[in-house]
Amino acid sequence: MFGKLTLDAIPYHEPIVMGTLAAVLLGGLATLIIVTRMRAWGYLWSEWFTSVDHKKIGVMYIIVALVMLLRGFADAIMMRLQQAMASADSAGYLPPHHYDQVFTAHGVIMIFFVAMPLITGLMNLVVPLQIGARDVAYPFLNSLSFWLFVSGIVLVMVSLFIGDFAATGWLAYPPLSGLEYSPTVGVDYYIWALQLSGLGTTLSGINFIVTIMKMRTPGMTLMKMPVFSWTALITNILIVAAFPVLTVTLALLTADRYLDMHFFTNTLGGNPMMYVNLIWIWGHPEVYILVLPCFGAYSEIVATFSKKPLFGYTSMVYATAAIGVLSFLVWLHHFFTMGSGANVNAFFGIMTMIISVPTGVKLFNWLFTMYRGRVEMSVPMLWTIGFMITFVVGGVTGVLMAVPAADFVLHNSLFLIAHFHNVIIGGVVFGCMAAINYWFPKAFGFRLNERWGKASFWCWLVGFYLAFIPLYILGLKGMTRRMNHYANPEWQPYLVVALVGAVVIAMGIFFTVLQFYVSVRDRKKLTDPSGDPWGGRTLEWSISSPAPFYNFALLPQVRELDQFWEDKQNGVAYVQPAKYEDIHMPRNTGVGVVMGAFGAALGFALVWHIWWLAGVGLLGMIGAFIARAYDRDVDYWVPAAEVERIERSRHAQLQQFQTTQVAPVAAPSRQKVA
Amino acid sequence: MAGSNHSHDVAHHEAAHADHGSTKSYLIGFALSVVLTLASFGVVMSGAVPHDLMMPGIVVFGVAQLVVQLVCFLHMGTSPAQRGNLAIMLFTVLILAIVVVGSLWVLHNMNENMMHPLPRMMPVE
Repeated sequence: MFGKLTLDAIPYHEPIVMGTLAAVLLGGLATLIIVTRMRAWGYLWSEWFTSVDHKKIGVMYIIVALVMLLRGFADAIMMRLQQAMASADSAGYLPPHHYDQVFTAHGVIMIFFVAMPLITGLMNLVVPLQIGARDVAYPFLNSLSFWLFVSGIVLVMVSLFIGDFAATGWLAYPPLSGLEYSPTVGVDYYIWALQLSGLGTTLSGINFIVTIMKMRTPGMTLMKMPVFSWTALITNILIVAAFPVLTVTLALLTADRYLDMHFFTNTLGGNPMMYVNLIWIWGHPEVYILVLPCFGAYSEIVATFSKKPLFGYTSMVYATAAIGVLSFLVWLHHFFTMGSGANVNAFFGIMTMIISVPTGVKLFNWLFTMYRGRVEMSVPMLWTIGFMITFVVGGVTGVLMAVPAADFVLHNSLFLIAHFHNVIIGGVVFGCMAAINYWFPKAFGFRLNERWGKASFWCWLVGFYLAFIPLYILGLKGMTRRMNHYANPEWQPYLVVALVGAVVIAMGIFFTVLQFYVSVRDRKKLTDPSGDPWGGRTLEWSISSPAPFYNFALLPQVRELDQFWEDKQNGVAYVQPAKYEDIHMPRNTGVGVVMGAFGAALGFALVWHIWWLAGVGLLGMIGAFIARAYDRDVDYWVPAAEVERIERSRHAQLQQFQTTQVAPVAAPSRQKVA
Repeated sequence: MAGSNHSHDVAHHEAAHADHGSTKSYLIGFALSVVLTLASFGVVMSGAVPHDLMMPGIVVFGVAQLVVQLVCFLHMGTSPAQRGNLAIMLFTVLILAIVVVGSLWVLHNMNENMMHPLPRMMPVE
């Protein structure tokens, strides 16, 4: 009846896990009670869960990602604490099998359930607004992608309390992840969580490629498209090209574990090296999938806050495309030490060095954009400058490790750990924080508090260097990654400093939460009546904040790269059209939620070999999809009169704002009072 | 395509419509497919082809048929309406080539390097 699942699967004997479980249950119960008290279930269901509005889906992605950031960061603090303690005679407080699950969960969660949804959420929120579209190409598919991603998260979270999680490292290399060495359900949780959310990611990728290729507003040729949308396009092409490789690789591992096959075993002709090869063919493009949209966000922010057009738009586009192609030609640098000959290692080493060239081009473009601009040190700009410095350090250590001979010394050392945290925190996390601060008003209609935003930035920046410079040094001293305990007492002081750094980062996270709280509290004071709080250049700033659900009352006509900026310069922005039209919009649907729920059931059942439930889950998903396919009532028309009413109030608000402002909105300048 | 602007839909349909091929292109495609299929069987069954050329022969005819069907039935070509599809197809082929050729090269190279027999241990005195 319940397959391998028995009551023994709940780890009663682990006080840390049980404490967490108690906290999660209490927190969950409190949330349920609060939502019920506020009678918010109906609102949440009809306005958010079933929404197909790209802006709301984007916001939900980002909220879930930030919650998962707390989980992933809790893992990080646990590891730092363990390593700060477990020197010489002390064993620390985490037993090895628990520690192994913690570092695996940390990697999996931070990449798949924090960084990916942050990126997907930002693309959802911004891309349709930037290209002058009213939604994505397939709004229902977008909702489905989100809920599949949530079902993956559910599996990862459940693994904490029922059974265990993989203890294999975040990429689950065989033969360790094979049935022989990982007989528990941990790797199965890993596989099905990634397959479910990976399916959602692939569908999102298709959705955004079609949206960007087919739904740009009239006149917006590809070379007049804002850079963020360009990076989104390349990222989604990479997603569609790379994620199937992950899906197939995990499917082969599944066949090994479930069907007694031998693709990656040591015996009967299997070859674990093939897994390492395949997973990195996905894995390397993946890091560019994460960082390219952040490059796009930095580009928008630098141009806006320097009050200048982006320097070298064309080279930025070509650099992005070049990175996209080159990212498929460097994967072997993750396993220089696996035994390839000098020719293979030299080829991939050189390709890795070449890929740093377009990245360097981008960096100089940002610098030249700032050069002689009136740079305004707002929160998004601080994150951007912090990124530019930090990312260069990470890039330099990356090129260093691209030399195969050097990599033989540094492979799997803490130097590597410091390097990739350097580029992922410095590139992706800083980028997402910058982007959240930058586009928040467009989603909610008020700006985020600057003071706590700056506090958060400085904590993250200082905390990052405190936490990871010691790891660089330890790597050079020979400390390897994933150590539960070490005998060399000389390492301990560095690890204590790293722990202090992690605590400073924790303060940064706390200040971000505080920033949200304070901003919501002071939302009246921080309100953005113009819809253009920063003096923006691209189309999303031409509409109200928060954006109306149909985005654009009339599709804007584009002739220039920064059309909205040009319009403001020429005094033709905010012209009210003589006549409005009916607008065709997609209707909300709960099918995505239902399919996500069946998907989570399917994954859970497959983990525990509960075959009947797996059947129910799979048939439920297919059945819900078929039901949706026969639903003819999927769209509606917003009458022109309704559009006119909304737009009139928007223009009235705008006029009132303009008369109260000293500086006209046409050329906003938000210089600080000297 | 709910949610997309309807004027976009119209433009899209017109563009796609302009390139739906003719009876002639379908017939040519059909004839070429038949010929290439027969040729593949012929490679194996005629006995005229040496054994070690059979596999490459089938692969060549198979790929040729793939191209024929892409051009004649799926209308892939250099016309403006099809340029996007062509670019996507070429990119797909490039990625597939990188993945397949790259993996073969990498793993073959590792086998070469690591799978030679271990040197005989010195006899223990």
